[in-house]
Amino acid sequence: MAAYYHSIVLDEKLCMGCTNCIKRCPTEAIRVHDGKARIFNEKCIDCGECVRTCPYHAKVAQTDSLDIMANYKYTIALPAPTLYMQYDLKFTRQHVVTALKMLGFDAVYEVARGAEIVTAVTDQYMEEHRENLPLISSACPAVVRLLQARFPSLLPRLLPIKSPMEISAMNARKEFCQQNPGVKSSEVGVFFISPCAAKMTGVRNPIELKKSNVNGVFSIKSVYFKLLKQMSKLKEPEDLLKAGYKGVRWASIGGEARALKTQNVLSVDGIQNVVRIFEQLEDDKLDDVDFIEACACTGGCLGGPLTVENLYVARNRQRQHRDTTPTILEPVAPEEMENCMFETYPQYLDVTTLDADRTEAIKKLRRMNEICEELPKLDCGACGAPSCRALSEDIVRGKANVTDCVFVLRQKVRDLAREMMILEGLMPSDSSKEKENEE
Amino acid sequence: MSEEIIRLHYDINDEDFSAAGEASSGVKKTLSALGVSPETVKKVAIAMYEAEINAVIHADGGEADIEITPEEIKVVISDRGPGIPDMEKAMEPGYSTATETVRELGFGAGMGLPNMKRYTDEMYIDTKLGEGTTVTLIVKI
Repeated sequence: MAAYYHSIVLDEKLCMGCTNCIKRCPTEAIRVHDGKARIFNEKCIDCGECVRTCPYHAKVAQTDSLDIMANYKYTIALPAPTLYMQYDLKFTRQHVVTALKMLGFDAVYEVARGAEIVTAVTDQYMEEHRENLPLISSACPAVVRLLQARFPSLLPRLLPIKSPMEISAMNARKEFCQQNPGVKSSEVGVFFISPCAAKMTGVRNPIELKKSNVNGVFSIKSVYFKLLKQMSKLKEPEDLLKAGYKGVRWASIGGEARALKTQNVLSVDGIQNVVRIFEQLEDDKLDDVDFIEACACTGGCLGGPLTVENLYVARNRQRQHRDTTPTILEPVAPEEMENCMFETYPQYLDVTTLDADRTEAIKKLRRMNEICEELPKLDCGACGAPSCRALSEDIVRGKANVTDCVFVLRQKVRDLAREMMILEGLMPSDSSKEKENEE
Repeated sequence: MSEEIIRLHYDINDEDFSAAGEASSGVKKTLSALGVSPETVKKVAIAMYEAEINAVIHADGGEADIEITPEEIKVVISDRGPGIPDMEKAMEPGYSTATETVRELGFGAGMGLPNMKRYTDEMYIDTKLGEGTTVTLIVKI
């Protein structure tokens, strides 16, 4: 497996070595060793659960600094639909988009438009591929990683359509170069304004094409106040909008599914809920559904770890946007729908196999079960692993010792003490004293 | 030899059907820890689920025993139900003796045994009227 870049990293200085993150990680990718949390890169799916959970803010989702805009002659901003809902309703979408230009971007392309294109392509694809239903949305990068690591048999059901971000970046660049003759594609920097930690990983290691069309990812947090300042100065916002509510509502769970022609859809949010639905789908228990929209974050992108506003407040604002925005502003044109299909396909990332040799793997699993039997099954996390079972696996893989368990250690110390007392009783104490006296 | 076998056991309870999901999920996790291919894991999960459903609708539950060796996965589902009166008919796709209530719940489509056969390499059924049924499913790795 090639080295895999992750956006989520640990700030060692801030980590207290507590067990909050290890208990919440859906893929058991974190351990506490030597008082600091360690992330197993191959298991992490960048869902952002630990970023939200850590009480000391020691988990950080790395994003780019706004300074990298200077590396390009021209710049385009791609605001995620979630950005609009971060602000009070007196700031309209026009305000947000205009303020992005005031911040120094030469153009703005709404990712909500990219989302509308994905919907149009999906409708078409589903009509042509009725035999492979239900399809699973490929929009959430953490969900795609989850499929690769834990549900490989469902990978053929993944909708092979690029993400709204990638399609927006591709079309934004193309449009900008067409409108400004003489501009070279390499001179244009395209930047996604993200509610999502996994999108950063998706740009560095894209799954659907070899090289991402996005040149950098800025977190919503990092531009929030800068935009607010510009908007409070702004009197006459420009009208630069192309997306209707159909694309804007992708910010919430249900938005992608409700935009489709078929309404025999299932929308699931929150990574643990997604796991349960995928388990059912894997057992062939969900064959009466056409489409599954799955978001790792509760509430969908509005619940993303890089957002500013509370999910429920933001969701209410989205409903207000619905009342003031037409469903469609401009129908999707055929040329916008070009090159939207996957160019590469996500592969199975095996992180569970104990040993490549099956006989050896069986032996290891048996040992793992035996070790687990000896552990107290309290899943206390004091050893640094999220559960007794996870500790047994770490021991078998040579990454931990059974004495990492405080209960096993306590028992061993007690046994040792008892043994010493027994030995003490057996010592020929009198004769040795006599010897000492003689000397 | 016993060093190279993994045994799992689950009770199939008709009152807590989510337990069937747990059994399936436990078997899947075990198989992927052993490096069994996703396609094979899927076959085992589906066949086992069908057999568990049968034990629940026809016999109010039973037991599942799983044995995994480097060569094959053997799933034995046994119940103390009424037994299968006509084996030939039971194997016909669409044939079912399930009650109307069970069908209304979306089960009893008559695809249980045909599906189990489809997803396994070997299938053996041992049934005695009034005593119960044991279904043995074997999937080669």
